[in-house]
Amino acid sequence: MLRNGTGTGPAGDLTSPAGTGTSNNVGSTAEKASGGGRKPRRSPAPGPDRPFLARLRRDWPLLLMTLPAAGLLLVFHYVPLLGNIIAFQDYSPYVGIADSPFVGLSNFQWLLQDQSFWDATLNTLSITAFQLVFYFPVPIALAILLDSVMWPRLRLIIQGIVYMPHFFSWVLVVTLFQQMLGGAGLVSQILRDHGGQGFDLMTNPDTFLMLVTAQTVWKDAGWGTIIFLAALAAIDQNLYEAAAVDGAGRWRRMWHITLPGLRPVIILLLILRLGEALNVGFEQFFLQRDAVGREASEVLDTFLYWRTLTTGEWSYGAAAGLVKGLVGLLLILVANRVAHRFGEQGIYKRS
Amino acid sequence: MTTTTSARPARPRRPARASGAGRPSWDEPPSPAGRAVKGLILALIAAAVVFPVYMVVLTSLSTQETVTRAGGLVTVPGELSLAAYQELFAGGVVTRAVVVSLAITTTGTALSLVVTVLAAYGLSRPGSLFHRPLLFMVLVTFLFGPGMIPNYLLVSSLGLIDSYWSLILPTAVSAFNLVVIRAFFMNIPGEMIDSARVDGAGEFRILWRIVLPVSKGVVAVIGLFYAVGYWNAFFNAVLYLNDSAKWPLQVVLRQYVLQGQSLVVGQASDTIAGRPLPPSLAIQMSIVTIALIPVLLIYPFVQRHFTKGVIIGAVKG
Repeated sequence: MLRNGTGTGPAGDLTSPAGTGTSNNVGSTAEKASGGGRKPRRSPAPGPDRPFLARLRRDWPLLLMTLPAAGLLLVFHYVPLLGNIIAFQDYSPYVGIADSPFVGLSNFQWLLQDQSFWDATLNTLSITAFQLVFYFPVPIALAILLDSVMWPRLRLIIQGIVYMPHFFSWVLVVTLFQQMLGGAGLVSQILRDHGGQGFDLMTNPDTFLMLVTAQTVWKDAGWGTIIFLAALAAIDQNLYEAAAVDGAGRWRRMWHITLPGLRPVIILLLILRLGEALNVGFEQFFLQRDAVGREASEVLDTFLYWRTLTTGEWSYGAAAGLVKGLVGLLLILVANRVAHRFGEQGIYKRS
Repeated sequence: MTTTTSARPARPRRPARASGAGRPSWDEPPSPAGRAVKGLILALIAAAVVFPVYMVVLTSLSTQETVTRAGGLVTVPGELSLAAYQELFAGGVVTRAVVVSLAITTTGTALSLVVTVLAAYGLSRPGSLFHRPLLFMVLVTFLFGPGMIPNYLLVSSLGLIDSYWSLILPTAVSAFNLVVIRAFFMNIPGEMIDSARVDGAGEFRILWRIVLPVSKGVVAVIGLFYAVGYWNAFFNAVLYLNDSAKWPLQVVLRQYVLQGQSLVVGQASDTIAGRPLPPSLAIQMSIVTIALIPVLLIYPFVQRHFTKGVIIGAVKG
């Protein structure tokens, strides 16, 4: 490692005049030892205690790299975040945000008195609850099943198959379901051919909850196994061996080793799901709203769209969106605190 | 390169059971009945995914007579024909939609990947200038989204309504993807990067020459995520594109297949007195197949990287 020493520093620093006091070979804590170390003033721990300009000189390429993404997030995330101010206004696009009159909380008052808002909320929550029972366990069971396949080739093939629908669009998934379960779909067709009666699950509001859950299972349950498979792979195999030697059968080993091993991941995902209780997906419901009707299929996001974007009541829609976002944030924070209480890690660590 | 393997995120090796090995010796083999039940369940699960796709593709390739005889989706291969595809690609709505979707997908994926990889590297060194506030800025987007209405107002005030950029720019950076790549970058041994720096390489060069070559898998997977996102983009197009001539494939798919609207394809050969006919089932299923094809094509190449890089990165991130 004698080749370079400090002779040629990082490209960016070559142009800067010498004598800034800091070495050119900066930027990493692990670097030391190798670089010749001619300059006595090279600080061993590059960090906040260095002068700002020196750090800027060292890190500007990193900042430059981060800039485009930061800019995009700033414009397309943070600016509209500020745009939520119209929730407190009587906003009109012809007047603009700056000149629209402030109306306090009246948009929120309307919202809370709006029956269709509460209907949408109720629909959303019942879909979340239903899927918590009938969707959430599916990837866990599927992962355990896949993990028990001992022939690696076969396992890889099945994994490849069950992951795939995750990459299909909702338009595609709904279309496929329509072709299978719709009025002219395959199943009704077979039933009719055998003298039975056809049916149309795609337009039946009573079975809509089951239909959307089945769609979600079909599309995402396979993909959902990935995280559980990773957790399963991390379980110490010696535990299984010890249990087997002690005479524990297959099912007891699953109950006493596999499931406890999955516990942190299960709790983490449960928290994430609860934090997302108000998000059940948008396109899936948007696409099927016409077919099954508003009563069964209106969720908060579609409510937002139909109630505001199609009518131009921007302020009202922003208020509804803000309420949804804030309640969602609150749910995540609460769920995370609960996780900490149970001694689990949660989505962010306690600092 | 031996470094390739060493740069993968290290996982505690599982004792006893390497991923390829079969049943460990202490495990009693399952009963034949249990084995049969398991096999049956697995076969049913696989069929539930494969069968609908198979029927759609088969129907799209069948002649009109075969479809009529089947009375709907074709399950048993009969006479095959490419007529539906020839009709769709003779120009018209679907041809245009495919071109639009391909253009948006390639442009968007390239832009997203470049921006995301750069930022992931830029944020991969704790202690660098503004590292914490910038990372915080990215992570906050996980917790709280701005909402549909302000998004729409922003896009419209930027004059992007009816512009294809409205389907690219708002979704160009995904915080999740960024964090996954960043986690992977941070697992690359520091010595590799340091020795390059000692050799005089700048950050861009290090990223291009050292970091990216060992990160092909994770970049491929994230690229797939982005590409699929753009290819599947549906609602943003409904929201931001009023001009139906600009519609991407997913919107066309919904219009003509899900809602069964009439479709002008080809050189108006299928119109009667200027009125377009409703599309035949074979044509509808060809549109579905076209929407499926890119996913089916790219997917196998990327699949093997899924568990390796991405998930581990996601769990750690």
